[in-house]
Amino acid sequence: MTQRRDFIKQAGALALGTALPLDTVLAADKLTVGVIYVGSKGDYGYNQAQAQAVSAIRKMPNVKVVEQENVPETVAAQKAMAAMIEQDGATLIFATSFGYYDPHVLKVAARYPKIRFAHCGGLWQPGAPANIASYFGYIDECQYLNGVVAGHMSKSKKLGFVAAKPIPQVLRNINAFTLGAQSIDPAITTHVIFTGDWSMPVKEAEAANSLIDQGCDVLTCHVDGPKVVVETAEKRGAMSCGYHASQAALAPNGYLTGAEWDWSTPFSRLVAAAQASKPSANLLRGGLKEGFVRMSPYGANVTANAKAKADAIKAQMMAGKFAIFKGPLKDNKGGIAIAAGTSYAQTDITLERMNYLVAGAIGQV
Amino acid sequence: MGAHARSPAQPGTARVLLAVLPALPTLAAVAGTLLLFSLFLLVQGQPAGEALMLIAQGAFGSTFAWQNTLMRAAPLMLTALCVALPARVGLIVIGGEGALALGGLAAAMLAQRLPDTMPWFLATPALAVAAMVTGGVWIGAVGALRQWRGVNETISSLLMAYIAIALFKFLVEGPLRDPASLNKPSTPTLPEPFMIGALPGLDVHWGLFWGVLVCIAAWVFVSHSTQGFAMRVTGGNPRAARLVGLPVNSLALTACVLGGAAAGLAGMFEVAAVQGSANAALLAGYGYAGILVAFAARQHPLAIVACALMIGGIEASGSLLQRRLDLPDATTLVLQGLLFANLLAWEALGKPLASWRVSLQGAAQSAPAHQMEQSHV
Repeated sequence: MTQRRDFIKQAGALALGTALPLDTVLAADKLTVGVIYVGSKGDYGYNQAQAQAVSAIRKMPNVKVVEQENVPETVAAQKAMAAMIEQDGATLIFATSFGYYDPHVLKVAARYPKIRFAHCGGLWQPGAPANIASYFGYIDECQYLNGVVAGHMSKSKKLGFVAAKPIPQVLRNINAFTLGAQSIDPAITTHVIFTGDWSMPVKEAEAANSLIDQGCDVLTCHVDGPKVVVETAEKRGAMSCGYHASQAALAPNGYLTGAEWDWSTPFSRLVAAAQASKPSANLLRGGLKEGFVRMSPYGANVTANAKAKADAIKAQMMAGKFAIFKGPLKDNKGGIAIAAGTSYAQTDITLERMNYLVAGAIGQV
Repeated sequence: MGAHARSPAQPGTARVLLAVLPALPTLAAVAGTLLLFSLFLLVQGQPAGEALMLIAQGAFGSTFAWQNTLMRAAPLMLTALCVALPARVGLIVIGGEGALALGGLAAAMLAQRLPDTMPWFLATPALAVAAMVTGGVWIGAVGALRQWRGVNETISSLLMAYIAIALFKFLVEGPLRDPASLNKPSTPTLPEPFMIGALPGLDVHWGLFWGVLVCIAAWVFVSHSTQGFAMRVTGGNPRAARLVGLPVNSLALTACVLGGAAAGLAGMFEVAAVQGSANAALLAGYGYAGILVAFAARQHPLAIVACALMIGGIEASGSLLQRRLDLPDATTLVLQGLLFANLLAWEALGKPLASWRVSLQGAAQSAPAHQMEQSHV
């Protein structure tokens, strides 16, 4: 019962907040933020990247956070969000898994129009509830830089990529990584293995071992928890580039650099908007320039040459002057992926429908 | 079944005891679980009393908590039947997840073939039948392999579940994929009129209603029908059943088909009441959780309803434990694991209980026969 009363109180405060001068109400009330994760917060990967942003917003004044991990993409997600709203008085919910959006976030957001929802994946479209903000980042920029460093460091000129599923987001990362490496040496190939799902530790280890057996000497991945791939590479004496969060601690010798999310940028922006009772944009996207993604610090063994080259391209990206996907670009079946003269900006929607691997990426979509 | 010794002592008390007797191991297991779980929390330096209060509160403490629990319990009732019905003929089938996945997929595919204008009261049963037939055929195959080829049903059902899941993923991500589902491969979304809504006044979909109804129907079938009785005889001693001329093979097949159909139906509800399409989110482990529910219910269809509520409640309250005490999600897993271990341990009560029952049955000789048939220690 007490929760219900709290909820009514909070809801009342929210309603008042729109009517009264803000500072009088806000001074008294904390913003309760609810966060749900699809996996474990300490997975050295996707969920940990989100959890790092959560610890950043915990430090903001007047913010209370309630969290729940391992929430599957079923009614459990709907109930977890509703429970945070009803039982804890949360007024801003972060649904951090891509798969929560349709139908779960859409449904709960429609039921609680006064609560703010933030979803990771950039899926919001006009017509969807206005109280949803969907955030996402252009992490392929970092994968390109991963490729540049890997291309410099590789001796066998064969790189390995452990990927979950052949969906556009993943293909874009594989392609960016390959193009980055090929910018150093066009003869470099990336060998791709799809494991079939986001979290398959045994298959990820098998894939990593198999890639190393085939002669790949730098591995990277796009799975929820890169821990297994990075650890396997380290154990086998291969180099690795990280993904999602920093795995540097797992591979002190072979970790070159990594593509990391920096979700604290959209998180703090959304929290600040909620505290100020201001509307926030429905779509928040950005790359290196906007601070949505970042690179792991270079590992000890990365050569000065590789660092200089990667830093130069990074500077161009920060200035908004670099296009990763531009023609002429061939896919790995010999067809034309992007015609000569065409260049896509990161925001281009065409890139989000990517369904090919570029020439030099060895694998099948 | 019971030896009808003629003994006149207190038939009323005996009858009550007789009714709660089958539940005794489960009750003891719950008590043992709570005790061990409290110890576990104390060792970790966590407030055990508060945690148990939160579990009760999060599962059954408010209208919201009840709906949370009911919502989670609904699919478990159906997947538990996929274990409990084959158990009647003595088969241990643990592959309900596969039947659920393929049942859901069949429903999603049929929905694409039906005209959008079809009224829901024709479409929904059609989807349900498609899902049940698919699930029934899948688990039926497990039963057939067991009866005609001598393949161990526990292992084959688990392996078949892996095959089903692989097939499901292949089809959803390949030939049956909606091209518009870019980063979350799914089949095309069900037309809006085919979606199943919530029970009136509740935030729980109709799957709950049907879950309870199917459990009741299953209970009537196994406890009050000739075929159900024949199944129980088969489960007790297949050779004896064969000797008295029971069609053991077809009884085993029927039990498997019915169990698979129940799991398939659960898949249909996940697609038509929750997800709106078949995608990887269907594989949330309901099929495996159903095994726990069925064993907790000691394979009794009515007890499944209660045990599904218990497991649903544990899952619902797990979220409160995380949010209030900052306990990791694994805490609920520890609780479920302790429960399962306790259930198996207290099964050892079976023998003394059986002899106690015989003497009680003597005392309650005037009790209606069906009360005795419910128990199956």
